Amino acid sequence: MEWLEYDFMKNAFLAVLLITPLFGLLSTMVVSNRMAFFSDSLGHGAFTGLAIGAVVGIISPMESLILFSVVFALLITWIKNKSSASTDTIIGVFSSTGIALGLMMMSYGGGFNKFSNYLIGDVLSITTQELGSLLLVLVLVFVIWGLMFNKLLVLSINQSFARSRGIDVMLTEGIFAAMVAVVVAISIQWVGLLIINSLLVLPAAAARNVSNSVKQYHAVSIGSAMISGISGLMLAYHFNMAAGATIVVISALIFFITLLLKPRFVR
Amino acid sequence: MLKRLFRHTKGEGNDCSKLCCTKIENFTVKVGKLTIFEDVNLHVHCGQLTAVIGPNGAGKSTLLRAILGEISHTGTLKYADAKGKHTGKPIIGYVPQYLKFDVSAPITVLDLFSTCRSHRPIWLLPSNIRKEVEESLKRVKAADLIDRRLGALSGGELQRVLLALALNPMPDILLLDEPVSGVDQNGLEIFYNILEDLQNNEDMAIILISHDLNMVARHADQVVLMNKGVVCSGTPEEVFHDSRTRRIFGMLTEGGVNHGGTGFVWVEHKKKKHQQGCGCPDCAEAEGDEE
Repeated sequence: MEWLEYDFMKNAFLAVLLITPLFGLLSTMVVSNRMAFFSDSLGHGAFTGLAIGAVVGIISPMESLILFSVVFALLITWIKNKSSASTDTIIGVFSSTGIALGLMMMSYGGGFNKFSNYLIGDVLSITTQELGSLLLVLVLVFVIWGLMFNKLLVLSINQSFARSRGIDVMLTEGIFAAMVAVVVAISIQWVGLLIINSLLVLPAAAARNVSNSVKQYHAVSIGSAMISGISGLMLAYHFNMAAGATIVVISALIFFITLLLKPRFVR
Repeated sequence: MLKRLFRHTKGEGNDCSKLCCTKIENFTVKVGKLTIFEDVNLHVHCGQLTAVIGPNGAGKSTLLRAILGEISHTGTLKYADAKGKHTGKPIIGYVPQYLKFDVSAPITVLDLFSTCRSHRPIWLLPSNIRKEVEESLKRVKAADLIDRRLGALSGGELQRVLLALALNPMPDILLLDEPVSGVDQNGLEIFYNILEDLQNNEDMAIILISHDLNMVARHADQVVLMNKGVVCSGTPEEVFHDSRTRRIFGMLTEGGVNHGGTGFVWVEHKKKKHQQGCGCPDCAEAEGDEE
């Protein structure tokens, strides 16, 4: 493992080991709750979050991004539940506002270039300290997942039915949306704004093709996320390509393979 | 007619803790300026099947969702137990329209039950309530379906599984939203037999939305015709003979109920049972002895 001799590669490898199970896990409910468009809008909203941080100056772009993403996610959830307009329309409105507002502020004074790192992302730039906070987030998400997954699953099946089982729909949705928002916000600088949503959709989309139970669904989703993460990083290193993009391409490949295998697995 | 609270004497001796009277008073649901329905008054007895019929867009499903508390509404829902006391929130079981169910998800029947019945994270740990689930499924003749994926169930099977789930925990009121649309004749019979069993043995109040007027005529104790509000209500006989029903449903009632011989026998049969056991004010004098 010659490539692991470099410190930045070691860190990147550890980062992939932490990020991919996180995305594999969240992915299951993003897909089951039909939130692919929602998580995509989080990426768009991130433009505004970063720009506010840069313009205001009191807080770092990162803090501003996390804060803004959570507010953004909760706002969408709230309006979605209160309004009779269709969900994709509401998300579309937020998404386009988020990206336009962000671009407007970023381009102010011609300073757009310093943000371009966020578009592609660079997992090789991760520091040991950041690895520590990633680990913390991973543990937190797994704990919350353990506590509220059952409710989320019922909700994903049918909202009225969930209500009849005494589940607070808006609270559950809100917690999940905020959780996805935080994970997206902190991973954006390593994965890249443009492709982060694929990591939230592809693993579970692939897993759905070949699983029959909730346990299989999780195992395959997390497994495929990790496999594409590790192999993507190695390929990217050897051929000198963007790691995030390579990981996504491999995830997509896994999806198409599972699609072909579907008739063999799904009863 | 059925406006007064009543004492319910049927059930397991004096220990009848089940809800015995549900009153829906002046329910109105508005979305923006659009009135979905207004001034709905319903009185539902224990051990009775109340069928809600009406054209599409009449507000039937919305009424159920308002009863569930999912949609904001005006008006009150009152319920009282056998002793006529206020018992707090009733347990409401709900079976949604099965077409609105996400059946493509990789979820087994056991997963579905476990996720509703326990806090144990089912994505990580094996289920600890398999026995309980098997018992529940047996009640609806679906015990062999426990390890099947939801998507692999037929319409009738899924509906029975959902019914079993709605019965766990045993509810005071059971709400069924077009539970048997698209279910074949055999599945239909099984389903209504289960409902009848529940009425008789669990003393449960059931509210059912259905477009199958013939089945409604055969199995319902009370029929409510809705069209943006209650148009008329009463026994199946009363409602199906009402001129307003005929106007709304046209030929359907003419052919299906008035001249459908079996339908009539059932209506008569049900009426008799209603008078003996229900304990509603109109029949209170006739009561006194257990059914």
